Amino acid sequence: MHSLMDTLLVVVVLTNLWLLGSGRIGASINAAAAQGVVLGVLAVLIEEGRLGVPLVAFAVLSGVMKGVVFPWLLRRAQRVAGVNREIEPLVGYTVSVLAGVAALGIAMRLSARLPLPAPAPSALMVPVALFTLFSGLFLIVSRKKAITQVTGYLVMENGIYTLGMAIAREEPFLVQLGVLLDLFVGVFVMGIAIFHISREFDHIDTDQLSALKDTQS
Amino acid sequence: MKALPVIHFVLGLLLAPFLFGVINRTKAFFAGRRGQPLLQMYYDLWKLVRKGAVYSETTTWVFRAGPVVSLAAVVLALLFVPAGRLPAVAAFGGDILLVAYLLALARFATMSAALDTGSSFEGMGASREAQFSAMAEPALLISLAALGRHVHAWSLSGIINPLGPEAWRGAGPVLALAAGAMAIVFLVENARIPVDDPNTHLELTMIHEVMVLDHGGPDFAAIQYGAALKLWLLGSLLVGIAAPVHTGSAVIDGAAFLGGMCALGVCVGAVESSMARLRLTRVPHLIAGAAALALLAAIMALR
Repeated sequence: MHSLMDTLLVVVVLTNLWLLGSGRIGASINAAAAQGVVLGVLAVLIEEGRLGVPLVAFAVLSGVMKGVVFPWLLRRAQRVAGVNREIEPLVGYTVSVLAGVAALGIAMRLSARLPLPAPAPSALMVPVALFTLFSGLFLIVSRKKAITQVTGYLVMENGIYTLGMAIAREEPFLVQLGVLLDLFVGVFVMGIAIFHISREFDHIDTDQLSALKDTQS
Repeated sequence: MKALPVIHFVLGLLLAPFLFGVINRTKAFFAGRRGQPLLQMYYDLWKLVRKGAVYSETTTWVFRAGPVVSLAAVVLALLFVPAGRLPAVAAFGGDILLVAYLLALARFATMSAALDTGSSFEGMGASREAQFSAMAEPALLISLAALGRHVHAWSLSGIINPLGPEAWRGAGPVLALAAGAMAIVFLVENARIPVDDPNTHLELTMIHEVMVLDHGGPDFAAIQYGAALKLWLLGSLLVGIAAPVHTGSAVIDGAAFLGGMCALGVCVGAVESSMARLRLTRVPHLIAGAAALALLAAIMALR
């Protein structure tokens, strides 16, 4: 069981690298979706001994939301806004992947000296959670398009979810449900925002949005 | 039992061209053809050996030394490579570096010979080969180092011989990541699709083939045979890591290893039939992916 958990965590790391290295919006949406599903499976594996209905229900719900609903919303936003499939990063893909590996090294070191309230179910869990957070942040900072920033946001949330699994095992069910609902609303609103931005300005390049000026002066 | 390593070394020398036959047959099967005979490369080598060589007047001894040095380096490197559970002919701590740099020496000889012709095409090929192999080398060394750290041994035999199915249960992530990195290095170093198309004869896209355009006769036979040995060498490392079989009987282990090599040939053929060659500018991207996998394996092994 332990080795299966480690394998899944490595798969999470690989999806992060995939996200950092992929040049297509479709591919990065797929990677984020795969990550969400893997984390859902992981949530069930961790609570091996005391599986309850709410826990399984929540894992299934979060897997379905992250694996099916969010990708669908994002793809719809991409299609409706007519976004070009190319990602246009500020930092090149190869450099992004190598930066990701460096971030994993930092996460490993950091988690080794991080005092935890309770030992994590797997020694890899906290480093992977931190690494997922880092790569989500990196994706938000280094990609130009609004839609890829949403995927970065999703990845960051996945990192927080993993960290939650690692250190706060008895997280109240309601809190988790609330987080998932917030996420849903976030993606939904961002999808609408992307659509409106693209209708207004013919593109969703956030660089150019920062150059906007107030028209009345 | 003393003779065992020598037997599989000789088997490697004999069977390496056969692997090309397996790959070509698989590709023919996917294309709906019957394909060339499995032993076609032996016929080709025999044909080339009987021919005479033609040397351009502008070339020097560097050009003539190229194929000889590279073949000798690859044969020497093969001495250190184990076949699954069977140990290599020679082994000492740190021979992973020696093997990596013998392969680099072979490449250096080929590239110098290509530059020595003064042909701009061959210079282009040499430049690409230098770029891609310089990027693939860290991936190979780091993945071997990760495995070495995992089993606490620094020779190829020491790393690969103890591996068995139980190793995959215990440290699946490290082995899988290292095997993934090795698989990409295998395709890059042997100039297979998606890095280089061995069938193409359009100079602008070639890497390996373009460097050896001016060699003929026995020299070309040495180059082809050296390429086959290199395919066998890196392939047996990959099979040793990815499909370790441990039954206790040397004959069954050896047969499983040969079966693994044939399966690898079929896999390479299937990849070549189902994928297109990557655009040259995207190849570094792929190799960086291999390096990232290798680094990941190293981080896992260090933990």
